[in-house]
Amino acid sequence: MTITIFVPRDSTALALGANETAAAIAKEAQARGIDIKLVRNGSRGMFWLEPLVEVATEAGRIGFGPLEEHEVAGLFDAGFHCGGNHPKALGPVEAIPYLKKQERLQFARVGITDPVSLDDYLAHEGYVGLKNALAMAPSAIVRQVTDSGLRGRGGAAFPTGIKWKTVLGAEADQKYIACNADEGDSGTFSDRMVMEDDPFMLIEGMTIAGIAVGATRGYIYVRSEYPHSIAALNEAIDKASAAGYLGENILGSGHTFHLEVRKAAGAYVCGEETAMLESIEGKRGVVRAKPPLPALQGLFGKPTVINNVISLSAVPLILARGADFYKNFGMGRSRGTLPMQLAGNLKYGGLVEKAFGVTLRELLYDFGGGSESGRPIRAVQVGGPLGAYMPEALFDTPFDYEAFAAAESTVGHGGLVAFDDTVDMAKQARYSMHFCKAESCGKCTPCRIGSTRGVEVMDKIIANQNRPQQIRLLRDLCDVMVTGSLCAMGSMTPFPVLSALNHFPEDFGDQPMADAA
Amino acid sequence: MGNQPTFDMGTVESIIAQRKGMPGALLPILHDIQSALGYIPPSAVPTIADGLNVSRADVHGVITYYHFFRQHPAGQHIIQICRAEACQARGCESLAAHAKELLGCDFHGTTDDGRFSLETVYCLGQCASGPAIQIDDDLYARVSEEKFKRLIQAKRGVQ
Repeated sequence: MTITIFVPRDSTALALGANETAAAIAKEAQARGIDIKLVRNGSRGMFWLEPLVEVATEAGRIGFGPLEEHEVAGLFDAGFHCGGNHPKALGPVEAIPYLKKQERLQFARVGITDPVSLDDYLAHEGYVGLKNALAMAPSAIVRQVTDSGLRGRGGAAFPTGIKWKTVLGAEADQKYIACNADEGDSGTFSDRMVMEDDPFMLIEGMTIAGIAVGATRGYIYVRSEYPHSIAALNEAIDKASAAGYLGENILGSGHTFHLEVRKAAGAYVCGEETAMLESIEGKRGVVRAKPPLPALQGLFGKPTVINNVISLSAVPLILARGADFYKNFGMGRSRGTLPMQLAGNLKYGGLVEKAFGVTLRELLYDFGGGSESGRPIRAVQVGGPLGAYMPEALFDTPFDYEAFAAAESTVGHGGLVAFDDTVDMAKQARYSMHFCKAESCGKCTPCRIGSTRGVEVMDKIIANQNRPQQIRLLRDLCDVMVTGSLCAMGSMTPFPVLSALNHFPEDFGDQPMADAA
Repeated sequence: MGNQPTFDMGTVESIIAQRKGMPGALLPILHDIQSALGYIPPSAVPTIADGLNVSRADVHGVITYYHFFRQHPAGQHIIQICRAEACQARGCESLAAHAKELLGCDFHGTTDDGRFSLETVYCLGQCASGPAIQIDDDLYARVSEEKFKRLIQAKRGVQ
């Protein structure tokens, strides 16, 4: 009997030796005359267990991990493929609490299927959404997306359906769908996981978007730092095209949608939507002034839907199960689920998809298991380099766009980076200004010059030069950046800086008795 | 690869011919050139500009805007160390200091023997498993100072 063994192809698994483990399994099985089928699945998102080897059994998939190359022979000695025990055995993978406690709607297939197998995708509810969409009027598709309550997962949280409606209503000879996959925020990897571990989901979402708004061409703008994402997407696009899910006359419907991957070139600001458009057009990724809205004059001057990977890949599920199904998850005006990314100094870092409403504390401790260093968690940066640092006093904030805004923070792309008590928050504030200086596109003065002055001011604060005056200067500078910058790069850099100052004043020597030297 | 003072302009020309019909062809062309030659030679700029009917300033502006594009050949191996927040929280700065010492060169520099170029990268998407680095096309996560040393020794051993 053929035994099916899974070893992930996700890049974190690869970075931890999954290819070597997979090769050792193939070699060992051959040497022992054991008939195996080796499947390279996506990652379950439990990265402390990677490489996570799974064996298909009648009792479900049994996990072993983390399993390095040199442990493979011992695994066979223990008879792992036929119910044998091993010190690294984890039991049925689905029963691991970290997974079991999640609400995996969008990530339902991730870690289970072979990412580039169209058959696997079809066997797991793939392309049900597209088939439903093909039987609907464009405005009805847009209506479903609007009714689902889906808001832009890239960080701005703008209602996706409203954006689509604007593009649908625009008259043009050509419209575009542009997927923003320039996931440059540290602490985020959910886009990467979708692209590497379930690329057809994104392709299907973009195809539905194209049919809904009348766009026949789409681009996925992927970071150059994500070569595995680019390769998986290209392979999936070729397979979808060959099977009639992309290209001319999709599934005999008369609809056309062509999709192409464009490789970015390492400019963080190209994650800003208009800078991304400039970059796809082959120019310097400099931010455009708005209006005109990209929905009306976007890529090559034509009406363009620009959505993040997670927003677009929520669409197949919404069309497959209906707007109500999706809307019934979540809280307040934050509907559905968010794939959250637990990163930094955490014991159990990984991907946790939960409905909105879960608190930061639950994520950090119930899922994350506290810090990996064993020291107290002092600060958590939520939402990437432009997100606020949150102190323990705010750990009970629920993940909800409005609740985070009330706490002067941002959900962003759902990434959280935990720091233990060895962190120096003044240094982190300096880093935020330094990052803005390095990555500013240079178009507007508050961002370009403000970040340079910000680094200088932080250097003086750190060197204890006239601190009270420099702190006043820093606040004033941040005020100018917030109100005067053209895009989020300049206007949100003050979020981490001011949150560090407000929540951790002791690191800035900002005490009431501090003397003006 | 390596410090080649000359390159084959024919490669550049055939890349341009193949790509020039694409909308927004400049970035794909620059990527292909860098992938073929290891860098984008300044002397290729006029050829690219002619091929796309844009000014040399336009091409130069794009090359210098993006961190990914190089105007000079790199060392034999490119080592990128992630120094963004998630890796900072997991100790990348001490790894960075160790790397500089071990290689004897600073960031954006190349070792005297031309073997290694050391670069900073802001996020490789391995944020739960840092410090993360990339050597050429291969990713490594949970990189301790010991592991870094082993990886460098392995590269030195096999050239």
